Amino acid sequence: MKKNDEPQDFFDKPENIKKILKVFYVICGLLVAIDFVVHRHVYHDWENIPAFYAIYGFIGCVVLVLIAKEMRKVLMRGEDYYDD
Amino acid sequence: MTSLAILPPFLPLLLGAFAAIFLRGYLRSILMLAAPVLGAVNLMTLDMGILWSFEFMGYEIEPVRVDKLSLMFGYLFHLASFIAITYALHVKDTLQHVSGLAYAASAVGAVFAGDLLTLFVFWELLALTSVFLIWARRTNKSYSSGLRYLIIQVLSGVMLLAGLLIFAQHYQSLKFGDIGLDHSGMAAIGAWAVFLAFGIKSAFPFVHNWLTDAYPEATPTGTIFLASFTTKVAVYAFARAFAGEEVLIWIGVTMACFPIFFAVIENDLRRVLAYSMINQIGFMIVGVGLGTAVALNGAVAHAFNDVIFKGLLMMTMGAVLHMTGRINGSELGGLYKSMPKTAILCIAGAASISAFPLFSGFVSKSMIMSAAIAEGYDIVWLALLFAAAGVFHHAGIKIPFFAFFAHDSGIRTTEPPRNMLIAMTISAMLCVLIGTFPAQTVYALLPFDSEYQPYDLTHVLTQLQLLFFSALAFVWLNLQKLYPPELPSTNIDAEWFYRKLAPAFIMRIASASYRAYAALEKAITGSIKLFIRNSYDSANQRPKGYFAKLWPAETMVVWVATLLTVCLLLYYF
Repeated sequence: MKKNDEPQDFFDKPENIKKILKVFYVICGLLVAIDFVVHRHVYHDWENIPAFYAIYGFIGCVVLVLIAKEMRKVLMRGEDYYDD
Repeated sequence: MTSLAILPPFLPLLLGAFAAIFLRGYLRSILMLAAPVLGAVNLMTLDMGILWSFEFMGYEIEPVRVDKLSLMFGYLFHLASFIAITYALHVKDTLQHVSGLAYAASAVGAVFAGDLLTLFVFWELLALTSVFLIWARRTNKSYSSGLRYLIIQVLSGVMLLAGLLIFAQHYQSLKFGDIGLDHSGMAAIGAWAVFLAFGIKSAFPFVHNWLTDAYPEATPTGTIFLASFTTKVAVYAFARAFAGEEVLIWIGVTMACFPIFFAVIENDLRRVLAYSMINQIGFMIVGVGLGTAVALNGAVAHAFNDVIFKGLLMMTMGAVLHMTGRINGSELGGLYKSMPKTAILCIAGAASISAFPLFSGFVSKSMIMSAAIAEGYDIVWLALLFAAAGVFHHAGIKIPFFAFFAHDSGIRTTEPPRNMLIAMTISAMLCVLIGTFPAQTVYALLPFDSEYQPYDLTHVLTQLQLLFFSALAFVWLNLQKLYPPELPSTNIDAEWFYRKLAPAFIMRIASASYRAYAALEKAITGSIKLFIRNSYDSANQRPKGYFAKLWPAETMVVWVATLLTVCLLLYYF
């Protein structure tokens, strides 16, 4: 079990997490920026929307999680639901 | 009729299973590892075509048919069993070793079956050999889960048998080739029976719960075998018999999309992976349904890659379960401190399933997506794109995050046994190797002629955008405290019908009929007792009634008179 005198690990420090997130945000920004610079192949009309994949990925995942949360209200039961 | 000059492909693995029964210690380990290697070498020596056939009750039986499609799955199953055996080497339980190897042999036998009867035999063997990997957990839960698994798997086998009997009757042939759904009369029923038999084994919606029920209940090492074979045999069977059936596209899209919602809220991390397995099979089924060369190649390539990266993810979670005894996201977290290697290997698997460039998922999933758009299925393409983002969300981020990072659960353990680490490392290296050099690895095995180049600027850029912004959604939801926490819970799924509704229904009928029977019994015994009581005069200690008052001789006279009257009457008529 956890000892109290254990040294703090890399991911225990909030400042490290902040640094990682900053790098992550910069990469996200760059990926969108590249979209305006390079010419990518378009197989479908929707792909003409700037940063279509970024927008779709973000919205898709937020909607996924929010719907899943609502599903919990209907579907969630106790851990031993089937054992009774 | 050709004679058997070659080793049937399933034989080396089956011999390995027999060796595992009788041998112990290092000798057993060596022979078990040698079995898939020898089997794979044997495959290399096989010629294309039907290598073994004989006549049985007037039907041509072809137990060994070799073509590029069966060879690809043959190699895959040998590779997968080598990895799974390595992962399980520390296990002392003979039952698990034997059933694991026999199960792998059945899978190999099934993909080389040239006729439906051989396919049926191996189809049932898949179920019978694998159920012991679930029961080997030796808990009450795994016992009942295994029973449900077996019932559903055997049901699939029975449907296959029904289908093949109808086909034998209708077409006078048992050949296992392109079947399709376009038949008339009884043959149509037969085709649908075979279709549904394959559908059950590939976890179609509403019949998918055997997978999410049983796989997480199996032993840590047994799940690796389970995740590799049954569903992939079913995908192979669909590619062989129902390629280009449009209904498969829509079924596949459903399979790709609905499980990700369940995966987000599921607590048992191996069950999360089970849901994500259905999602990946969905991609393959779409590929089969599209039916073009690129799409079919994509489907089988994705099956190939999925066995390796899903096996890797299952292995890392099995290692966590093995070392900590826990697998619920709500009880884990912070394990990167004591299991850093496992954590890194898990991330490699996560990157592969999420289809990051240079990892294996990238080179196969994209084939199916581009085939969907090329065939004009816009909605399908959009839904698959959503499913691809969702995979990253629940399998790519959730699994490593809640097991190895998130809040520190305080659990301190060590890395798993060395053989487990080696097996996971092999898989992780294969993921990178296939993702980086697809043309030399998985594309070289593809059965159909098509050109596909996964690495171009457009594809890499758009995929990175999709993945990074899916990750951004995860970060944002977490920072906003909108992300649903891991909770110890059960989520109701289609299995509710047979695990809750049907039992409740049957219980109600059973208890109602039992109550009715008890009431009837009580009424009858009561009336008999009443009759006996009323016929006895307890005050005078003698029976009531007219004859009781007479002497026995007087009674006798009455009865003799009655008898004579009856005789007289009979004489007249």
